[in-house]
Amino acid sequence: VSYLLTCPNCGTREVTDYAFGGEVARRPRERPTLRELGAYNYFRRNVAGVQREWWYHRSGCRAWFIAERDTRTNDVHWTALPDEVPSP
Amino acid sequence: VTRLPPQPGERLDRSTSVGFTFDGKPVQGHAGDTVASALFAAGQRTFSRSFKYHRRRGLLCCAGQCPNCLVAVDGAPGVRACTEPVREGMKVEHLNATPSLERDVMAVTDAVGGPFTPPGFYYKTFIRPRRLWPLYEKLLRNVAGLGRLRASQDEREWRTEYRRRHADVLVVGGGLAGLAAAIAAARAGADVVLADEGPEPGGRALAEGGHERARELAAQARAAGVEVLTSASALGSFDGLVAVWQASTLHQVRARRLVFATGDVEQPLVFAGNDLPGVMLSGGVRRLIALYGIAPGTRAVVATTSDRGLEAADALRAAGVEVVAVADLREGRTVLEAEGRKHVSAAVLGALDGADERRVECDLIVMSGGAAPATSLVAQAGGRTAYDEGRGHFAIAELPDDVLAAGAVADHGDDPERSGERTGALAAHALGLGDAPPPDGPADRRAPEAVPPAVAGAGRGKCFACLCEDVTAKDIHLSVDEGYDSIELSKRYTTATMGPCQGRMCQLPAIRLMAQETGQDLASIGTTTARPPWSAVPLGALAGRPWDPAKRSSIHPRHRELGARVMWAGDWRRAYDYGDPQAEALAVHESAGLIDVSTLGKLIVRGPQAGEFLDRLYPNRFANLAPGRIRYGVLTSDAGRIMDDGTICRLDDESFYVTTTSSGAGAVEQWFSWWLADWRMEVALTDVTQGLAAVNLAGPRSREIMGRLTELDCSNEAFAYLDGKRAQVAGVAALVLRIGFVGEVGYEIHFPAAYGQDVWDAILEAGAEHGIRPFGLEPQRILRLQKMHILVGQDTDSESTPFGAAMPWIVKLDKDEDFIGKWALEHAAEHPSETTLVGFTLPDGDVPTEGAAVLDGRGEPIGQVTSARHSRQLGQIIGMAWVPADMASDGTAITISDESRRLRAEVLTRPFYDPDGEVLRS
Repeated sequence: VSYLLTCPNCGTREVTDYAFGGEVARRPRERPTLRELGAYNYFRRNVAGVQREWWYHRSGCRAWFIAERDTRTNDVHWTALPDEVPSP
Repeated sequence: VTRLPPQPGERLDRSTSVGFTFDGKPVQGHAGDTVASALFAAGQRTFSRSFKYHRRRGLLCCAGQCPNCLVAVDGAPGVRACTEPVREGMKVEHLNATPSLERDVMAVTDAVGGPFTPPGFYYKTFIRPRRLWPLYEKLLRNVAGLGRLRASQDEREWRTEYRRRHADVLVVGGGLAGLAAAIAAARAGADVVLADEGPEPGGRALAEGGHERARELAAQARAAGVEVLTSASALGSFDGLVAVWQASTLHQVRARRLVFATGDVEQPLVFAGNDLPGVMLSGGVRRLIALYGIAPGTRAVVATTSDRGLEAADALRAAGVEVVAVADLREGRTVLEAEGRKHVSAAVLGALDGADERRVECDLIVMSGGAAPATSLVAQAGGRTAYDEGRGHFAIAELPDDVLAAGAVADHGDDPERSGERTGALAAHALGLGDAPPPDGPADRRAPEAVPPAVAGAGRGKCFACLCEDVTAKDIHLSVDEGYDSIELSKRYTTATMGPCQGRMCQLPAIRLMAQETGQDLASIGTTTARPPWSAVPLGALAGRPWDPAKRSSIHPRHRELGARVMWAGDWRRAYDYGDPQAEALAVHESAGLIDVSTLGKLIVRGPQAGEFLDRLYPNRFANLAPGRIRYGVLTSDAGRIMDDGTICRLDDESFYVTTTSSGAGAVEQWFSWWLADWRMEVALTDVTQGLAAVNLAGPRSREIMGRLTELDCSNEAFAYLDGKRAQVAGVAALVLRIGFVGEVGYEIHFPAAYGQDVWDAILEAGAEHGIRPFGLEPQRILRLQKMHILVGQDTDSESTPFGAAMPWIVKLDKDEDFIGKWALEHAAEHPSETTLVGFTLPDGDVPTEGAAVLDGRGEPIGQVTSARHSRQLGQIIGMAWVPADMASDGTAITISDESRRLRAEVLTRPFYDPDGEVLRS
């Protein structure tokens, strides 16, 4: 895997500068059933397509941000700090 | 040593001679020579022994493509003699021949082994009896392979640096097309990198009459600002990042447009004896003449399918070589067999059907079997190739938008400069630079070529399709017979195309043979998948510079002076002990001890919602913690598993000082900041792990020692257990935490790292009369185990919950707020864990190994030991183990199996030392 990612604070860097935080998942708001809790903890959608995901600028400013990426091509459509994420 | 008169474009400096040794014998060459050209000029004709049959192999391509001249240089195997420049004093040795190149005992496989060494020979022959496989494997490993790696990596300094280079355009290949492309793109304003594998750019033109033009273009490219990398092989394209290896640097080039001008690879002809020394490609012959002033033979036969061979014949004549016959396939004649024992002595020429046969004595057979575009890197970058019937090779059919091709690789070898210029302009224009070139592509003005047969002269001897792996035409026939009838299967079964040439010279012949055997056409057979590396590269180059980053606390020099045994603890170098761990632990019980705990993770959590934030992260409460008080916390995941632990001190209403384990510092900071990013609370996080040093002073005399170092009232009433206070310690602003780190009265002092050694020294000095001793990690383990404090990651694993780890008291399920792990812990509280962490004791004696099994009555494993130490203070062996929950009661007997020993231990569920914490609170 090799592509570029733009940290909202620092700018464009190699993907190896970052830690991947996985696809954005909603933490249950209400008490989940055991099945829902298991799905939240252990299941991922793992889409072949566009998804929103967490990234951490490990070798930079250490900020978490969100990227929208096509998992098939590694085209990154945008990156944004959590406050500035466009509504889907 | 005979050389031709100086050639116009030669690379030699004939006034400077360079001496080296080959298999111990001295050889003289000129500056500018390669190892191969110097050896050839000195009369060497056999350069290696082949992979399987140990046949003699001589120079073939002289361009670093084939496997024939692989040697070891100064102990490093796998070096191509034909591209390795000579250096004074270098030690060159042959590979794959015992005892010598001239007399190789394994050559017997060629004489008798032919019928016995078909593809799959090893799998079929050495399968029975199975128990002998280890022996077979040892023998085979000794016989197979090309050279020996050094057992240890003594000289590590040659290993490479990584360099990342971002550019507008990367041009791979510095022949005329590549140079012209680079110049055009650079002149349009693009930032251009050009990587060429040769010692100077120019490619084929350097040896084939175009050296002046090549050098002119190279100068123009540099003047236009192109970064020209020479002796720089492109290894592969990885999602658009092209790795280029250049001696001590691995360039990772990422360009917005990739221009491949990788040229083509001249193809050998497949005929009987086509691997004999003295059979050469026309390009190799021309390089020997033009670059190194060497006549490659005296009497030459030329066999060709295009004008390349005819041009080579002219070059040979000009060099004074007698060209005794030319077999041009376009006229129906080719070479059927090379004769000779150690070297070519004659060629048999004739028509493909064997008619009109003629034997010609010669010492050189020059072959040119057409050219295959070097499309491997293009394919790796996303291009697609298709079979070109007219040319008899696979050509580029489709390219991704950001990939372009110029020159011979794009079948524009007839006018490489024009093709390059146009492609470079296109690449720049696509980036908004310069003008678009006119739409017309270069006209194809190449002379007609003949498509060579899959094999000629079959039945007269071994006809090699793949020189690297010693795969003959017959081997491909047999593999198809056995059902390996797709090119990918055949590749894996015969290993054709899997050797050092990476298919450059064998992919097309293998496909032609497959077509002949299966009756399919070449288009439907297709090529094997192109994979990196395209060029040979030492593993050390990929490994990069040896780099073991170590963290050291600011007090570290003192530990060394005190004779500490320093060991790795995660990324840190830490004092393991100062010579006597048991005595150091005893000193903590009897007087006082001092340990450097600067490695602890330290976070300041500050803001109006800081307490609420921690309440949402930890299973217990922090919002109700009074300023100046400390509470222990265990961090759990949403699956309720233990992630880390540490103490938290509330500094004031809005600030908390959080410590984490040493190894968990980074992960906890990442975890906290992740939730903070998600929750967006009014909280600021500051990681002060590196900025602050910390030491723990513990023992019955520690209070008196603290009293001498601070103005604080250190009495138990004024500074109680789990109080945290800011104070000057030895004149340094510090945070002092009274916690039970090692089970005795103790103070953990956090202060700016710059004062690390000052504070350390001051404490030891103040404690000297009380018998203070520094103690290291090992005594700390003993002391903490006595208190049954868990070590996250040692006593717990990724499945451990606080309930299983016998800390139900840390989970406050009655907390109103939601917290990470709450739901899973609620479930865990209702479904008791099957196993529980308990303590155990053993009479003094053997200490069980950590990881040893706990057995039930029938000898089945039911649990395991996670920690075990001898405690001099307690006079027994103590430890912790996971056991079935029903065994977690004081006094239960358990059996520990440790290798051949069976140890009888007794369960204890409360701390071994000071179970009620009376010492701690005193």
